[in-house]
Amino acid sequence: MAKIFTRMGDGWAAELSEAELMKDIEEGSRDASERAKVPPLIADEIKRLFEICKNPLKITGVEKGKEIVLSYDGGTNKIGRLGINTGRLQVLQIYERCFGADTTELSQVDYSYKAVKPVIHEDTPIMEQAQLLMVVPVFYGAMPNLGLYTQPDGPVPNPAELLPKGKIKEAREAYEQAIEHAVRDMVYVASAFYEAGADGINFDTVGASGDPDFKAALLATEILKKKYPTICIEMGMAGEFVLGMHGDLEHNGVRLAGLYPHEQVKVAQKAGVTIFGPAITTSTNRSIPWALARAITFTKACVQAADIPVHGNMGMGVGGLPLCETPPVDAVSMASRAMTEITRLDGL
Amino acid sequence: MGDGDPAGVAIVHAMASGMGGMRTSGDLVARMQMTRGMKIAEAKKYVANKLGVSLAELTDGAVMWELRRDLKIGVVYSKRGLQKGIEAKHHIAKLLDIEINSVNLFKQRSG
Repeated sequence: MAKIFTRMGDGWAAELSEAELMKDIEEGSRDASERAKVPPLIADEIKRLFEICKNPLKITGVEKGKEIVLSYDGGTNKIGRLGINTGRLQVLQIYERCFGADTTELSQVDYSYKAVKPVIHEDTPIMEQAQLLMVVPVFYGAMPNLGLYTQPDGPVPNPAELLPKGKIKEAREAYEQAIEHAVRDMVYVASAFYEAGADGINFDTVGASGDPDFKAALLATEILKKKYPTICIEMGMAGEFVLGMHGDLEHNGVRLAGLYPHEQVKVAQKAGVTIFGPAITTSTNRSIPWALARAITFTKACVQAADIPVHGNMGMGVGGLPLCETPPVDAVSMASRAMTEITRLDGL
Repeated sequence: MGDGDPAGVAIVHAMASGMGGMRTSGDLVARMQMTRGMKIAEAKKYVANKLGVSLAELTDGAVMWELRRDLKIGVVYSKRGLQKGIEAKHHIAKLLDIEINSVNLFKQRSG
């Protein structure tokens, strides 16, 4: 029987028999189901995913009428990264007018709220100009990035140095201080960009420093929603599982460490988040059908638990996409179609 | 989405599953998610009703080009005499019956 062309999680080509493809899909779904304690994909969904993964075409897409909204993180950093010397206003226009983007995002090259604060007087006029120029919504986005608040880069003792010494209490106190600094910066920066006309604020890669990072983003969201009741806040996560770097942080009575996407979204929407972005990491040594089945299982449960729109993170190495510099079009379009059609999410 | 390689991620998603941005009605549907928290089906239905088109026509570039031009809500080409930027958003806010932060700011500052 002919082999099916597929890819590994690092993007390299691979071949699977039909039985191997089915096995990978079932195992990927089971892995997510067992970790998050959510239902695995049902038989019809597995069959649908099998057919999509078996498709030999170079590019595929959703059925007409099933299209969804796209939002972006780090938008204005992406063209300069290719060595094309453009200003950020031109990048926003390129996304709007060349890439068919439904929304865009203005961002700063360091992509951390802390780093934006000292240059905010230079950056907010760019948002004002962007709003005169653009038709599609323009978010402002950056990461909480709690790591920047620890020594030697920041003011608080470094938990990564305290924990190996057994100084758990001191490490937790350091994280709690870092949260205070981060919330202050996120609220300051987000307020300035909202008052400059931003259509929304993106807290991106939330949880990259574990539960303190998530806590900071939730607190900042609550403050901003109180300050500006109609503000749109998108929260994109760093991974499928909130690492317990502090381990004892709660928000509205819910322990943050160990939350999976279907639980993360409930905490986020209660805090006032408008759009939630689950992020499911890709394993580079398993096949893309395995990674995709796993990502779809987590995301489907998240969509079912959400009362707010869900935009799945589907960039390099997340959401069933390969982790490589130039993700192959066959794998990306296959993942885009499968995630959209099976999970019924609201955007990517 | 994180789209480090635009030709490999951003453009591919836009072609495979995106609404089409202002080539069609993607920005309008996005605004309903952002301002009213609508899920995708409700947001599409709301925009289709406001535009007077079918759900299928929301992502039809041929239909939406003429409609966007006639409704003064912005088109991808930079054509002489057609609404651009904040002008188009002024009409979008009225058409969708929503508040747009930058439009309100513009009115405050120019009033």
